[in-house]
Amino acid sequence: MTAPLLELAGLTVDITTEDGGTRTLLDGIDLSLAPGEALGLVGESGSGKSMTMRAVTRLLPRGAAVSGAVRYDGAEVLAMDAGALRRYRDREVGLVFQDPRAHVNPTRRIGAFLIEALVRNRGVGKREALARAAAVLAEVGIDDPQRRLRQYPHEVSGGMLQRVMIASVLLAEPRLILADEPTTALDVTIQREVVGILDRLRRERGMGMVFITHDLDLALAVCGRVAVMYAGRIVELRSADTLHERAAHPYTLGLLGSRPSIDERAQRLTAIPGRPVSAFESGPGCAFAPRCGFATAQCETTPPALAEFDDGLVRCSRVEEIHAARTEATA
Amino acid sequence: MTRLLLHRLGGLLTTLFLSSVVIFGSLYLAPGSPENVIFGSRTPSAAARAAVRHRLHLDQPLPVRYWDWLTGVLHGDLGTSMVTGQPVADRVGSGLGTTLLLVLMTMVLVVLIGLAMGLTAALLPGRVDGAVNAATSVSVTVPSFVASALLISLFAVKLGWFPASGLGQGFGGKVDGLVLPAVALAILSCGFLARVTRNAVRDQLEREHVQTALVRGLPRRTVLRSHVLRNALPPIVTAVGLLTAGTFASTLVVESAFAVPGIGQLTIQSVAQKDFPVVQAVALLLVAAFVVCNAASDLIQAVVDPRLREAGSTS
Repeated sequence: MTAPLLELAGLTVDITTEDGGTRTLLDGIDLSLAPGEALGLVGESGSGKSMTMRAVTRLLPRGAAVSGAVRYDGAEVLAMDAGALRRYRDREVGLVFQDPRAHVNPTRRIGAFLIEALVRNRGVGKREALARAAAVLAEVGIDDPQRRLRQYPHEVSGGMLQRVMIASVLLAEPRLILADEPTTALDVTIQREVVGILDRLRRERGMGMVFITHDLDLALAVCGRVAVMYAGRIVELRSADTLHERAAHPYTLGLLGSRPSIDERAQRLTAIPGRPVSAFESGPGCAFAPRCGFATAQCETTPPALAEFDDGLVRCSRVEEIHAARTEATA
Repeated sequence: MTRLLLHRLGGLLTTLFLSSVVIFGSLYLAPGSPENVIFGSRTPSAAARAAVRHRLHLDQPLPVRYWDWLTGVLHGDLGTSMVTGQPVADRVGSGLGTTLLLVLMTMVLVVLIGLAMGLTAALLPGRVDGAVNAATSVSVTVPSFVASALLISLFAVKLGWFPASGLGQGFGGKVDGLVLPAVALAILSCGFLARVTRNAVRDQLEREHVQTALVRGLPRRTVLRSHVLRNALPPIVTAVGLLTAGTFASTLVVESAFAVPGIGQLTIQSVAQKDFPVVQAVALLLVAAFVVCNAASDLIQAVVDPRLREAGSTS
């Protein structure tokens, strides 16, 4: 096996609240990503998906305490000095954010946004940088790139601006893309296009990608492996092509059960009861226990570990019993 | 951009025109008749009074008088002072340079100190922010006449660094004499601008696009300059515009306190002497200062933020 491009080990993020207490946002995340691999990070709001991405780039809110390890190509990101961190952010990782409207400076032209990093960080000439920017805009499917370069962000549509954002990442030629719900803020018909572009260019250039979404099916379509997160922890990690059949964690099963199907006549969808909790709200035991149909008294008190099960990793104390019961029911 | 410019220019002229009507009309409505100023305590014969009224065109209906005055103003003829008999333009002109210099010095102080304080507070949260906040809280409560009295007693009377009143000879003497008045005018505005700057910069620091810039590996200095400060400019420019206009108005008080022979002092004198043509000219000048300051700040904002250019042309 090749050395991982990105490796998270026991990554924990605590934040100090205004009243002086601490809240755990991420609780011991272990993940690794091979060069050129696409990994999906799926979960509800507040499950820690975005925080994981922020920790990888050290873009954390004030007062956040990080422990554990974030290794990129063998280098410890959390220990980098300011200069090394800037080079890492500039050359190695690219972030595609959820809302391009908010994440692109509204007062500057699209061209200025695209070439800024090239000109400032790498000393590329302005004319050369603009030519490269125009070429990349064409690659992400934008017509008349020369005109777009002179436009302001408010003059183009959200889908177009998200493609501009993807172009800005491609321009830096990173080896790792972090895409944080890149299509959530977009129109449904545009979503397909944007995901398609991201997926195609990633494959062509052999870049690794962490794809964050709350849409399990989207993650399965784009990624090789999918990690399901709940309350700041990974609860299941499995290859995308087997997740449908082999999902073992009650939460993953719940997610799969709550999707509409196109084959069957619409029955009532099964929702997961209760509301999602954040890591700091969960009790001493399994965070999912209060909403879990299989939970026992023991689940409420003893936290389960992430353990190998059926070619994947699952964080559930009763996984074998549940699996046996399910197999029996379907047989 | 050209459309916005024309739009603004049109608004500027309309405002000036309307305010000239209000100024002319309100002086007409004010108690006391202009010819009484000339006669003073004497009681003139009816014939003498009628002659003076005819000379001042007071026997004509208001719209005609307004029209005469307006065409005169447009030709650069502001009328004749009823007290000294000098052309109003000369009286106003002699004070205008001094007042403009005073306002300029004040605003240089306000922009330099206010921006520095606001930026420091925004970029250094915690103790420094708290200290600046405390300082600005005090400074925004000091009216310029209180500041004038304090500055005169300390720097002019006790320490003797600057003259207590009047201006010296030449440009140097002028500047020397205007330092204390400028400081008196600047204190309140500095605090105000510092607060506006702090909040605007804080607001931008938390914006998502600033995170984008940081996560692309841009140096912090570049991010601050090209993204944070640049985008924080509109509210700061608005504040500077309003403060400049306000400073013109505050010169009335401060020029009197320091006996500076500027427009402010001239206004107070003319009002006291009921020198109507001078009051009209000065009031119109103050309105012009306000309107020009506002238009200038709007235009600068449109340069900074492209979204405002379109808003201007559609409204």
